[in-house]
Amino acid sequence: MSQFAINLIFVGGSFALYIGIAIWARASSTKEFYVAGGGINPVTNGMATAADWMSAASFISMAGLISAGGYANSTFLMGWTGGYVLLAMLLAPYLRKFGKFTVPDFIGDRFYSSKARLVAVVCLIVASVTYVIGQMTGAGVAFSRFLEVSSTAGIWIAAVIVFFYAVFGGMKGITYTQVAQYVVLIIAYTIPAIFISLQLTGNPIPMFGLFSEHTDSGMPLLAKLDEVVRELGFRDYTADVSNKLNMVLFTLSLMIGTAGLPHVIIRFFTVPKVADARWSAGWALVFIALLYLTAPAVASMARLNLLTTVFPDGAEAPALAYDERPQWIRSWEETGLVNFDDKNNDGRIQFYNAVPSFEDTAESRGWAGNELTVNNDILVLANPEIANLPGWVIGLIAAGGIAAALSTAAGLLLAISSAISHDLIKKTLKPDISEKGEMLAARISMGGAILLATYLGLNPPGFAAQTVALAFGIAAASIFPAIMMGIFSTRMNDKGAIAGMLAGLLSTLLYIFTYLGWFFIPDTNMLANTADNWLFGISPLSFGAVGAMINFGVAFIVSNATDAPPKEIQELVESVRYPKGAGAASHLSH
Amino acid sequence: MSDEKSPAAQYWSANLRLILGCLIVWAFVSYGCAILFRPLLAGIQFGGTDLGFWFAQQGSILSFIGLIFFYAWKMNKLDKKFDLGE
Repeated sequence: MSQFAINLIFVGGSFALYIGIAIWARASSTKEFYVAGGGINPVTNGMATAADWMSAASFISMAGLISAGGYANSTFLMGWTGGYVLLAMLLAPYLRKFGKFTVPDFIGDRFYSSKARLVAVVCLIVASVTYVIGQMTGAGVAFSRFLEVSSTAGIWIAAVIVFFYAVFGGMKGITYTQVAQYVVLIIAYTIPAIFISLQLTGNPIPMFGLFSEHTDSGMPLLAKLDEVVRELGFRDYTADVSNKLNMVLFTLSLMIGTAGLPHVIIRFFTVPKVADARWSAGWALVFIALLYLTAPAVASMARLNLLTTVFPDGAEAPALAYDERPQWIRSWEETGLVNFDDKNNDGRIQFYNAVPSFEDTAESRGWAGNELTVNNDILVLANPEIANLPGWVIGLIAAGGIAAALSTAAGLLLAISSAISHDLIKKTLKPDISEKGEMLAARISMGGAILLATYLGLNPPGFAAQTVALAFGIAAASIFPAIMMGIFSTRMNDKGAIAGMLAGLLSTLLYIFTYLGWFFIPDTNMLANTADNWLFGISPLSFGAVGAMINFGVAFIVSNATDAPPKEIQELVESVRYPKGAGAASHLSH
Repeated sequence: MSDEKSPAAQYWSANLRLILGCLIVWAFVSYGCAILFRPLLAGIQFGGTDLGFWFAQQGSILSFIGLIFFYAWKMNKLDKKFDLGE
């Protein structure tokens, strides 16, 4: 059977499973549509949260970025897990006690202002749409390779599939579909990693293999990798970074952003009790960690495999002849994500870091520039092929990558559609809308959001994980501070919260657009996106943490200069702090 | 001061103390051991590299899991003690 047929069976089979579950669990009321009737147990909810959370960025892109950046890109590992600590302690239990459907619901009620609700809706949509772009990019990469179509066609296929189960299933469909997706994606991620870890270190557990001995050389794996990359002019894999400020702020942005992303917060409305919200955050992190502890192992092992494929006998010996290149290079060349350019016309692949400091060494070896470019986003998907694993493993990883992208896209689209149908239409524009009308509006806005995201997915501003990192910056700067102050300060008033959210959102967007172009349109950026131009060396990806501080600061000043919130609001804040008396999540009970 | 507080206020300040303690550990393992103090930990070898690298790629994640379960467990005890649970 051809690899194409195997991929089709795995991808098609997993789709059939998700769609089957979505139909079986079809939501019949708005409450089921938004929060699955509030009856999901914490372990199941944790697993669904993990699938919701681990997107194309985590599955497809993250290991590739760590592989390319080494220690410096550990930020993604810490940032995307550390946020759960904030979520479990600062937000989840109190929002569960509050018992509403959506993030703007909380902000609108807590700050007794439909303006605040509206600003929250805007922040939510900006952050979520940016995030969905990253998913579409990732899904496009996966489809283009495995279904042997163009990446444009891949993105459209993804859009159709997401539309079906998100629109017809709602939250309940999504919860159970996401449990299935978690199982598919974790198996798909782990199996190739186990094989590769066994091949390289003899240790079947990748997270331990990372710190074990490399069988062929007898050196520790990471020491061997450092040696190999050094000979090719790259920075040491484990090298420390000099710009610690940027590294700290980037990690902080990802952490705060994690806690502020509406599609993750929504998940904690679906558990039966406040205590369950705390446990659920812990379980979510356990399930996430299963992938996140394996990812750094995949990253380093794939880098070593890639370099030893190109230089089988070391950097001094002749490199791999282009005509003898393995099948995986040939297949990925067709997608345009791997490129070879024989600059010195010797018919061999010289793959190295062509920087000025390495020029003399390269020249003495007869190299005329780096000849191979490998897109970071393909690394995890190509991993089984690089390690010569059997065809079914390749099919499995295709299904896993697509599951990761689709599950997150669906969760985000749900958050976007509920913000529009529930917060914007029902709570602001047309309060007398029927339950049926609200469901219809939710589905239409989902369709609209999918179209917008698909369009932006065709013109993305970066690798999947980088685009996603921008979404985190935006969520960190706008949503998280408003919710946190709403819970931890009885003094915070409507004007403070609104001014804070706007200041955080606008300052972060301004900083991002300055370097990446207005609304991500290429060539409209005012400054080149290089470290020399960054304010205090802070990259646009890291600015969310600064935006969050601006948000807190502005909110504090404005709030203290204006009237304290009314007494009943202060009582509401008090009541949110104690679990006693929490009913099921509802929007009918106030 | 704490003698005059209502049980609810005592519960809340106990929660705040617990959160503060957990967040200090949270920041120490990630921003501390994995980033800022990595040069200080460079002498401690770990599996072919140094301890800071391990904290950045695995140690902090494991600590986060521990922290959340510890917090959930402590809070459940507080909920019962002050009879403020569900």
